[in-house]
Amino acid sequence: MELREALFNYLLRIGDSSLIGGQRLAEWVSNGPTLEEDIALTNIGLDLIGQARAALSYAAEIEGKGKTEDDLAYFRSEREYYNTLLSELPNGNFADSMSKLFLNSAFFYHFYKALGTSKDQKLSAFALKSLKEVTYHLRHSGEWVIRLGDGTPESKKKIQHSFDEIWMFTGDLFEMNEVDESLIEMGIGVDLNDLRSDWNRTVDEVLSRATLQRPKDGFMQTGRLNAQHTEYLGHILSELQYLQRAYPGLKW
Amino acid sequence: MEKDTQGDIWEVFIQNKTGMPHKHAGSVHATDKEMALQNARDTYTRRGEGTSIWVVKSDFIVASNPDDSDSFFDPANDKLYRQASHYHVPKGAKQI
Repeated sequence: MELREALFNYLLRIGDSSLIGGQRLAEWVSNGPTLEEDIALTNIGLDLIGQARAALSYAAEIEGKGKTEDDLAYFRSEREYYNTLLSELPNGNFADSMSKLFLNSAFFYHFYKALGTSKDQKLSAFALKSLKEVTYHLRHSGEWVIRLGDGTPESKKKIQHSFDEIWMFTGDLFEMNEVDESLIEMGIGVDLNDLRSDWNRTVDEVLSRATLQRPKDGFMQTGRLNAQHTEYLGHILSELQYLQRAYPGLKW
Repeated sequence: MEKDTQGDIWEVFIQNKTGMPHKHAGSVHATDKEMALQNARDTYTRRGEGTSIWVVKSDFIVASNPDDSDSFFDPANDKLYRQASHYHVPKGAKQI
């Protein structure tokens, strides 16, 4: 596969996951359980939007069609988005959001760590910068998982249910195709199979401190690589893209 | 009044630069020390203000009573000799 085509797709996967994850967290604004947590979730959301900007502007540059990060964010449809399925799932209750953020952050933590050694210097610089942010996201969400899991019977029941419900979307994180193969061969991309054991270790450690059961690996819903999504992505995109679709090119 | 369910109150002290004192920045709610530290980080260091954070439960702060201010602070007001500016540096003295 040609480098440009592969790298463009790779950057969309990263940028779209950050963008959609950030947009979801933005939904918590003014709805957080405490003022402090409201600010924390917003901060994390903004970190993700910042990562999305970096990844999508690089993607636009690689694509070479004179587009901008905004064009990529606002004028692609559902079937052109390559985010992880986990990041588009609805926020649900606070336990749902924390378990989702935790599993996604644990993946990106190990992913960025590995991507830091990419031969593509721009990609490795981006990965190392993002790693600092994701390290905090993982810590923050992980600490909440521990507190909710090892908290009251009610909080434990709720967060165990959250993990049980979203576990089927974790297989999607590790799916690979010819894009990955080409980029791994060129020393640019990350072999996701190598991340699995690290991810498992991180997740298991937190789940055991949280006295929670790790759900069994059963049917895994995948689709990210082919831009096949859950029914939730369309709704989030309609909100995210509404203004630019209605008034193309509108500026602040 | 309904009981506050947001956790304990913690006082936050931020150090702006290495070697500088930690200054009181405000307070946050949290249920334990790790979350207090994270909440302080998110609430008070969002714009790159800090190099170090201290948090301490508000209960552990011992404060002077406003009623005591006369006996605590007024006696210092008329003792100018406790101020460095009270002393004149003799001409010709390079160091004291």
